[in-house]
Amino acid sequence: MLGPNGAGKSTTLRMLAGFISPTSGTANLCGFDIRRQSRHAQRLIGYVSETGACYNEMSVVSFLDFIAQVRGLRGGDKKSRVTAMLEQFELMEVRGQTINTLSKGFQRRIGLAQAILHDPMILILDEPTDGLDPNQKHRVREQIKDLARDKIVIISTHILEEVTALCSRVLVMDKGRLLVDGTPLELESRSRYHQAVTLYPRQPLDMMTLGMLPGVAGIEAGPELHSVRVLARTGVVILPAINSLILSRGWDVPRQEVERGSLGEVFRLLTREQHA
Amino acid sequence: MKTFWPVFKRELCSYFITPIAYVFTMLLLVLSGISTFYLGDFYQRNQADLQPFFDCLPWLFALLLPTLAMRMWSIERQTGSIELLMCLAVGTAEAVVAKFLAAWVVSAIALAMTFPLVITVNYLGVPDNGVILCGYLASWLLAGSCLAIGGCLSALTKNPLIAYLTAMVLCLAFMVCGTPVLLDALRGWASLPWLDGVASLSFLTHFEGLCRGVLDPQDLLYFISQLVAWLAATVIAVELKKAV
Repeated sequence: MLGPNGAGKSTTLRMLAGFISPTSGTANLCGFDIRRQSRHAQRLIGYVSETGACYNEMSVVSFLDFIAQVRGLRGGDKKSRVTAMLEQFELMEVRGQTINTLSKGFQRRIGLAQAILHDPMILILDEPTDGLDPNQKHRVREQIKDLARDKIVIISTHILEEVTALCSRVLVMDKGRLLVDGTPLELESRSRYHQAVTLYPRQPLDMMTLGMLPGVAGIEAGPELHSVRVLARTGVVILPAINSLILSRGWDVPRQEVERGSLGEVFRLLTREQHA
Repeated sequence: MKTFWPVFKRELCSYFITPIAYVFTMLLLVLSGISTFYLGDFYQRNQADLQPFFDCLPWLFALLLPTLAMRMWSIERQTGSIELLMCLAVGTAEAVVAKFLAAWVVSAIALAMTFPLVITVNYLGVPDNGVILCGYLASWLLAGSCLAIGGCLSALTKNPLIAYLTAMVLCLAFMVCGTPVLLDALRGWASLPWLDGVASLSFLTHFEGLCRGVLDPQDLLYFISQLVAWLAATVIAVELKKAV
């Protein structure tokens, strides 16, 4: 779930997690209505809020024990699950420490551990990498990827690289409205740079012929001196046509790149439209 | 019920992993000792009862019990852990009662620690232990009412200090409205039914009745309805304020 600050991402997730109830409308989680069966729905969900707040005055292991008990685990089950969590999130050596003495990276991992302790079907993470350093971000992302193998993971973010790195489906929202629902690729293809070809020639090119090629939407200056970016029409792949033109004209173009399209551009376009 | 006990246990432990429970108990013991022996003239009265102790207790409760209640919800909202708690499939009412009960148990432990007074008075004379027991029961009920008020007010603010101060003022108000000073002041311009109404709202009126050893169902009902009303108000306050 992607959107600028104040778009309503956290509010949406909080409603799904059953923290607040929607003023109108409802949602269905694995067959449970979040308004009428919120307790049932909550049992299927693991949720980490934006702040990721835990009971900071508790030690890691007693906190996880508490969560396990509330989630209905008892005796041996509880013990083995808590130990599994401590191992999975590499919390073993800090298990006796008070949570508020640990770094933010650890606290995030404790948050994740508490959320999946009861092995939920759905995992809701509100800005899971917010405020972490690049290494910790990478680590948390790897863990999310791992979890996504057998769970539905819903994350909210305003960091675009996270979308391409993690997501198979993107919802873009702004001001409480859903703007786009699609794959990251579909989102990228909305960019005017999607499938654009950037040429780095050693000699001036014949822009007219280049512009006349079928499927070409326009030509603009590329990122480097003398480089040229040829834009493609939506849904058209122009690389073969350009290649054959280069060959037939004998142009000296040592380097060329096909662009994926910039999510940032699409994001700005979508959300600015809303504000305008 | 499955989620009730873990929450209750966690709350109870949280009083003991922070110094709150110890400081509270110490203060209650020291201050009640001072008030009983020095201000209440325990020895000079030459009576084998704990009247001076039970006389000072309501005022100490109004001062000290809000310290147990002030963090109950305000800290949860301040740190955001309320979001964690409320998404664990724990009902609001369940959480409210669990938290309240934990604080109530701490106050019971603190009250139980005043047992040397009972031993002393039994050593010095022949008191009516039934009356003393009744007084302790009344004290515990009074403590519960103060805690319920404090819990409710702590759900309304994120600042524990504000929760403490407002709870203290409200507890004091519930005490003062039964004192002769206030009732005399009102007598000039309020009619008798109103005066009775104000007096019957007071903790003191009902507390003193029970402390004399009279287990009047009316007094018991008063305290129980105080508890229920404030806990219900807390549930509403938490629901309204949790996401703010």
